[in-house]
Amino acid sequence: MNTTPSPSAIAAAGLRKSFGDKVVLDGVDLRVPAGTVFSLLGPNGAGKTTAVQILSTLISADAGEIHIAGHDLARDPDAVRAVIGVTGQFSAVDNLLTGEENLQLMADLHHLERGEGRRRVAGLLERFDLRDAARQSPATYSGGMRRKLDLAMTLVGDPRVIFLDEPTTGLDPRTRRTMWEIIRELVAGGVTIFLTTQYLEEADQLADRIALLDHGRIVAEGTAAELKRMVPGGHVSLRFTDPARLDAAARVFAGSARDDEALTLQVAGDGDVRSLRALLDQLDRAAIEVDELTVHTPDLDDVFLALTGRPAEEQQPQSQPQKELAR
Amino acid sequence: MTTLAYAARDSRTMLRRNVRRMVRYPSLTLMLIGMPVVFLLLFVYVFGGTLGAGLGGPAGGRADYVAYVVPGVLAMTVSAAAQGTAISVSMDMTEGIIDRFRTMAISRASVLTGHVVGSMIQTLLGIVVVFAIAVLVGFRTTAGVGGLLGALGLVVLFTLALTWLSVALGLNAKSVETASNTPMFLVLLPFLGSGFVPTDSMPAALRWFAEYQPFTPVIETLRALLTGSAAGGSAVLAIAWCVVIALASYLWAKRLFTRERTR
Repeated sequence: MNTTPSPSAIAAAGLRKSFGDKVVLDGVDLRVPAGTVFSLLGPNGAGKTTAVQILSTLISADAGEIHIAGHDLARDPDAVRAVIGVTGQFSAVDNLLTGEENLQLMADLHHLERGEGRRRVAGLLERFDLRDAARQSPATYSGGMRRKLDLAMTLVGDPRVIFLDEPTTGLDPRTRRTMWEIIRELVAGGVTIFLTTQYLEEADQLADRIALLDHGRIVAEGTAAELKRMVPGGHVSLRFTDPARLDAAARVFAGSARDDEALTLQVAGDGDVRSLRALLDQLDRAAIEVDELTVHTPDLDDVFLALTGRPAEEQQPQSQPQKELAR
Repeated sequence: MTTLAYAARDSRTMLRRNVRRMVRYPSLTLMLIGMPVVFLLLFVYVFGGTLGAGLGGPAGGRADYVAYVVPGVLAMTVSAAAQGTAISVSMDMTEGIIDRFRTMAISRASVLTGHVVGSMIQTLLGIVVVFAIAVLVGFRTTAGVGGLLGALGLVVLFTLALTWLSVALGLNAKSVETASNTPMFLVLLPFLGSGFVPTDSMPAALRWFAEYQPFTPVIETLRALLTGSAAGGSAVLAIAWCVVIALASYLWAKRLFTRERTR
């Protein structure tokens, strides 16, 4: 059926979108190979959700070309809709139906045969550990269960490309790990995942490729390792009990960044055992006592800070409840 | 299956969803049916004796008034249900599941047709209940089968018109509160027409409005059909109003639903 097999599950070029005079996406190019996880990472308001809404046919772009699984999104949105699944930030479940009825509704809307629909619903309830809650309203579910039901509803149609817009925002760490497991299983089954997140760790854990979105532009793209290599963040931090020792150490490791208030010295180095031993030897020879030593390897946080000039997580937990209320 | 068959299947699926939602949230239906029932009892037993005397009919009093007021209360049942439709459409739009539907390869119209057909079933259920209570409080129709079928046909057409209108009002509302308030005028219109008292008793300006607004020909036609008299010109006017309202509201609702959210 697919006469022009495209290696890219998602290909977008020159995406632009403004709401009024507010530019949300300012020329975004994306290319996601089939069967991989691509993560769009960025702070609140960076344009992540808008990107997902455009790619999932919910809203139209002002400019740009999009192909999903080889289908032109502008020309044939229904063909795109037939191959995608979307789990948004806000739960898209019907609270007046039971969990099972929600899944059955999806089976009916995907025009599945009665028996096949039932089998798939039962299978998903089992797989997502929702069997006991199947006959209850999602209003009685915990946040994690709702998110699982939401994702299960997305999977009823067996989509080849799945958009997950901040799938773990607001979840507790354990449920987050469960979601990660589910996402990994999906990828193992050949599904392409487009994931937005504000958690650097999540992108690090799951994504084959990561793009950093800031003010509507992609400021960096690559594997987690590639991105980390972009910043010279590796150092060993030494803390001393008094300024005299800090002075002495600063003389030994000339050129290191010192912080007189915190009494710390940041010595460049990637923190492997050999360089650590050398560092400790130097301290011993100079007879400088160190109060505390920490090894800092660059993480995506450093990448974010280096590329956008501010920390990635201007923490979400506070702003999250507002978002929930604002729907 | 053809596109049309898929659209019909999706609409049935959505109808099933809406009927389920009504069953799970019965207080809304009860409130919607309760209101015209309360007005019927209030107007028959509290005001009915006096208002009936003013009608100048042969028997006079309450019995005459029951015969007069029932078509008005039936029209009010339709408008009360329309208010419920606006509320449930608006509630639905505030939930994320509509966005899910929008990203699925389904017939988009099915979301709205599901609501419309579901609401019409709800409204006709209300009509049956109100009519039964009307009979209990002494309403007797002199209409034959043809008249009753005609009355039912008009109620269905009127319900279709007001339901599409309320779907549009529900889609247009920014919040559920607004959606519950804007269709309020529909409940008032039977009063500002021939629903509860004849329009000749009204002051000139109000009478002019009462005679030309859509509820009056609908109520007059219902009254004529139920009492077995000739509906005359009001029937044509009633049907014309219903068709115009239904068509205009359908187009408006469709535009509102396919419109992109600006945020």
